[in-house]
Amino acid sequence: MDKSASGDKRVTEGGSITPVEAVVTPFRKESILLDAMRRDRGGQSLLGLLLLAAILVPLLNLVVPESSILHLSTYSVTLFGKYLCYALLAISVDLVWGYCGILSLGHTAFFSLGGYAIGMYLMRQIGTRGVYGDPILPDFMVFLNWKELPWFWHGMNLFPVAALMVVLVPGLLALVFGWLAFRSRVTGVYLSIMTQALTFALMLAFFRNEMGFGGNNGLTDFKELLGYDLQKPGMRVVLFLMTALFLALGYLGCRYIVASRFGRVVQAIRDAEGRARFIGYKVESYKLWIWVFSAMLAGIAGALYVPQIGIINPGEFAPINSIEVVIWVAVGGRGTLYGAVVGAVLVNYAKTYLTGALPEVWLYALGALFVFATLFLPQGVVGLMKRRGAKS
Amino acid sequence: MSATAATSGPIGLRIKPTGKRGSTNTPNPDLSHNIILYVEGITKSFDGFKALNDLSLYIETGELRCIIGPNGAGKTTMMDVITGKTRPDTGSVWFGQNIDLLGLTEPEIAQAGIGRKFQKPTVFGEHTVFENLELAMASDKSVWKVLFAKLTAAQRDRIHEVLGIIGLSEHLNAAAGALSHGQKQWLEIGMLMMQDPLVLLVDEPVAGMTPQETERTAELLISLEGKHSVVVVEHDMNFVRSIARKVTVLHEGHVLAEGSMDEVQNNPQVKTVYLGE
Repeated sequence: MDKSASGDKRVTEGGSITPVEAVVTPFRKESILLDAMRRDRGGQSLLGLLLLAAILVPLLNLVVPESSILHLSTYSVTLFGKYLCYALLAISVDLVWGYCGILSLGHTAFFSLGGYAIGMYLMRQIGTRGVYGDPILPDFMVFLNWKELPWFWHGMNLFPVAALMVVLVPGLLALVFGWLAFRSRVTGVYLSIMTQALTFALMLAFFRNEMGFGGNNGLTDFKELLGYDLQKPGMRVVLFLMTALFLALGYLGCRYIVASRFGRVVQAIRDAEGRARFIGYKVESYKLWIWVFSAMLAGIAGALYVPQIGIINPGEFAPINSIEVVIWVAVGGRGTLYGAVVGAVLVNYAKTYLTGALPEVWLYALGALFVFATLFLPQGVVGLMKRRGAKS
Repeated sequence: MSATAATSGPIGLRIKPTGKRGSTNTPNPDLSHNIILYVEGITKSFDGFKALNDLSLYIETGELRCIIGPNGAGKTTMMDVITGKTRPDTGSVWFGQNIDLLGLTEPEIAQAGIGRKFQKPTVFGEHTVFENLELAMASDKSVWKVLFAKLTAAQRDRIHEVLGIIGLSEHLNAAAGALSHGQKQWLEIGMLMMQDPLVLLVDEPVAGMTPQETERTAELLISLEGKHSVVVVEHDMNFVRSIARKVTVLHEGHVLAEGSMDEVQNNPQVKTVYLGE
């Protein structure tokens, strides 16, 4: 037995491995994430572009004078920030759909819950500056003649509590929902319908005034976040930068997950669930874990979205929104992560343009886009770019 | 128990542990009586059709057993019951003296040390050959451990060793879905070996194989005997003759005969129902 060999193709007789050999391995020090990012051209481009945007956007908005043609309006900064929130949401959907085969048609439920959590904090920050000037109760509660704060509003005036709720509430909902669904081995279209029902039920519930979340008006009229005025251009830039940062971190987190052995197990579950069970993986635990993680990510995206948009209402729970997210991912190219970002930005840019120029056309265009992507771009826009790259 | 008394096959416990046996709460089977699998009085009916009818079967530690029988004899249902896919109506299945398999889920049974190869080769098509073996490897398969798992040198060597045994060393980076039918069958056997199970249940390993491939598969299975207990379900009589020490004939969900290939083939009952001679 040649014990001095240290290449990666050592075959030992009888498989008996000495401890000395176990130490000499060239692979040990390699980080899973670094290794994955080195091979991930799309991810490198994405992070590069995010970095570029993080430098250019503040520069063009704050430094370049308004008279200049290069000036970026605060409106545009917020719009870009919104796109990046959507991109993070799209990544969270791609993680469960593209890699684990769970087609969620209810991911905006988690997104909206994250948004509501931060919205509650922002409401509590208004204080006496509200229309009714009540130091504790938000306007809509005074309007409804409520005398005291409902229990779940307590503590939400503290940012750390609200930030915790941003991930905790969507995570808990996903945990309960996923535990029930995956344990009963609900899969495929049935699971998709259940997710759709989940977000629909939440929408109906949040529309009710009695729920204590502002009914159909939702939460709005925000003044400041951590003491900073939300309307100031500088604050808009900071929110944009935070969104870009969280998108980058979310991307790296998801990239690590799919590149790890966990990611390979999850993809194995997607392709042959029964087989994965028979080699000893508790399929339910794996699905639950990635489902909860994805829901938390969607919650963070929602929490970044609300301060920039300035409102959260039950309309965000609408099932159509969740379906739209799936379309972004499909158009961008599922199972790639960066494709979800491309899809989210492209489709939403088209939406911004079309709803401005030809508002009645938008929904038809969206439907046509989905049909077109399904028929002609099974791997989405990034699949197209890959093919181009391979040809040239 | 009378069925097992006659034979004394090669007895070998697992000689070569290649990884930690699974997670936490699955104990090792107690093999002190040299019987690794007790299938006793199993009945399972589907809409009134009795797929298994009071089936009793004992597999010795380290033996290579072939199970034959006409279509619908209950061979696959029996495997489904042992691996936890199907719950029987009555009866019991014990793994060694101490593990009641009917109380465990599929992954728990797999972790306890029972591996299965399906009739239709099911490998993970999008993964490479190497990754398929890595996924099957005996290791702690709980979520957090797997999230941060890295291959040790010993595990890497073991994968390369198995790649050599199943003849796929040159294809280690090929997508498993692109392999030929025979190669997929071998890959699946390789995955079983990576699982390092005590019992291998192998369903029709040579279906659709060329004679050369069949021959190699026979060698592969025979080489596993002793280290593992192997149960092979197969239609191909020549193949069964080439590997089997002991054959069990199933018919209508019940054991019809058991013994060496010659004994079984000369059994008048077997002749009428199966061999058609």
